Amino acid sequence: MAGVKDHKSHAMGLHEEVLAGRTQQVFFDPEEEENFFYFNSYEVDFNKRTTVDAKDLDCVQVNKKINNLIKKGYGTIVLKNPGAKHSFGVGILNKLNLIVEGSLGYFGVGSIDGPIVRISGRVGWSCAENMMAGKVVIEKNAGSCFGAAIRGGDLICKGSVGARTGIDMKGGTIVVGGDAGIFTGFMMQRGRIIILGDVGPNLGDSMYDGTIFVGGNIKSCGADAVEGEVTELDRAWLKRKLKVSEIDKKVDLSKMKKIVSGKKLWNYDNLEPTERKDAL
Amino acid sequence: MCGIAGLIHRDKSTNIGGEMLNMLQSLKHRGPDSTGYALWGDNNSNDYILRFKVGENVKEGSSAKNEDISVYDERKELVNSEIQNAGATIIEEKRVTPYSFRYIISCDDDLLELSKKIESVEMTEILSLGKSLELVKDIGDATVVANQYGITNFNGTHAIGHTRMATESGVDIRSAHPFWGYPFSDVAVVHNGQLTNYWNTRRTLEKKGMRFMSDCDSELIAVYLANKIRDGYDLDDGMRQSLDDLDGVFTYLVATKDKLGMAKDYMAAKPMVLYESDKLVALASEEVAIRSLLPHEIDTYDPFEGEVKVWQA
Repeated sequence: MAGVKDHKSHAMGLHEEVLAGRTQQVFFDPEEEENFFYFNSYEVDFNKRTTVDAKDLDCVQVNKKINNLIKKGYGTIVLKNPGAKHSFGVGILNKLNLIVEGSLGYFGVGSIDGPIVRISGRVGWSCAENMMAGKVVIEKNAGSCFGAAIRGGDLICKGSVGARTGIDMKGGTIVVGGDAGIFTGFMMQRGRIIILGDVGPNLGDSMYDGTIFVGGNIKSCGADAVEGEVTELDRAWLKRKLKVSEIDKKVDLSKMKKIVSGKKLWNYDNLEPTERKDAL
Repeated sequence: MCGIAGLIHRDKSTNIGGEMLNMLQSLKHRGPDSTGYALWGDNNSNDYILRFKVGENVKEGSSAKNEDISVYDERKELVNSEIQNAGATIIEEKRVTPYSFRYIISCDDDLLELSKKIESVEMTEILSLGKSLELVKDIGDATVVANQYGITNFNGTHAIGHTRMATESGVDIRSAHPFWGYPFSDVAVVHNGQLTNYWNTRRTLEKKGMRFMSDCDSELIAVYLANKIRDGYDLDDGMRQSLDDLDGVFTYLVATKDKLGMAKDYMAAKPMVLYESDKLVALASEEVAIRSLLPHEIDTYDPFEGEVKVWQA
């Protein structure tokens, strides 16, 4: 962090700007909660349980079945024989317990808003892309672009993940029990990533905001990603979050590193040419 | 987007033709233009298996020019006399398609002169030349090509394959994968990605006497590795060096008579899923391809950026 505040752009107050736009969190008035209507959501009973066998079904058929079962009030659905096929469980905008017995292919459980998903196997690229709320727990490994552009919720992989984990994420938490590849947290805007193992090169490259915690070795930080101070508040949050994450691994919180945005690239267009060089 | 797949059995010879067919058919959506197989069979003899073509498959979607079928016979006869001129003997010859042939020949181990002579015949390209490698590729999906070339029951130890979506060169056999590591026996490569320093590297390799048959950037990897082998590199080191010398995004598979290797570029931009056990290694652009061999739950993972791995048969 040394030297960041000495910049001319800081003196000019450019870093005090408040981000405006669609990525901003909207604060709702709790008293108006009853007025909210959530389109396409249904009341479900978590004790009402059924099974879908995906052996001979494609993703459209599986997703339609899940949707129809939600409409009928089923709150717990077990998906058998997913066979690493793509795009299963996409677009679930409802409370639901989805238990996947096996592995998913690409784009599994993308754009979900609310369900709790447990996957006993592995997931392919872009798992839970654009997830808005809920919780996803993966027992094994995950491919690249894990949690790309998520807005909220908890996305947990107990194994290792590929490259570009949390790319463009705008909120929520990603927890990885193992290692992560290159460009983790690339261009992330909000939210938190916890990697308990080692991380590849260019960690947090061009991140606007958000926080990345790393338990293992960091190969290198990307442009404008800098190490921050881990506070007591951070440790308390990590302790809480790791408990919720169900990762059965002893973690020494005193060794966790914290990576944040240096915020030099943040106002890149407003920087002088010499400052741009410095920022990169 | 293309699909690549590879498998190697560590303790047995089995129907790798059928296994690779299943893997590539499940990757069809990644590349519908052409499909190719490189299969390492059980040939224990000292003779070489030569696969070559004297024309292109001209059908819907192909960018090849239409030729009268009679020219194929003329070219085949010319190839036969060039083989004899090179001092080699044809032991067996078989026409697989109107434009494609499989020969068994007896020759010495210096394949460069023989290859040059064969390819001096117009429109003739050696698809593979080796003691156990058999390489077939054509327009169509995995089933079409496997049936056309009769490889659905091909026994061997390891194989690589490719389903191609043509992006930077034509839809024809010469641009289809795999590529043979000319002029080295039993070397072939498949690739998913784009190489951005193709022309510079190609010019450098051409100055060293290496030959290119297509404008497909993937051929560069085969030629590059062949050049490394010529320079005395072992496969592992040549592949590691390729990560620095080749620019772009790529994941590729290469196999030799008894090895299968994979390399992933430093950006990890192209997918690869890997399953590894004591008896079998299977890897593919998507796990669904591996599941066509192993439908039960298995442990797989994505190799990280800059990773190179080589397995022995």
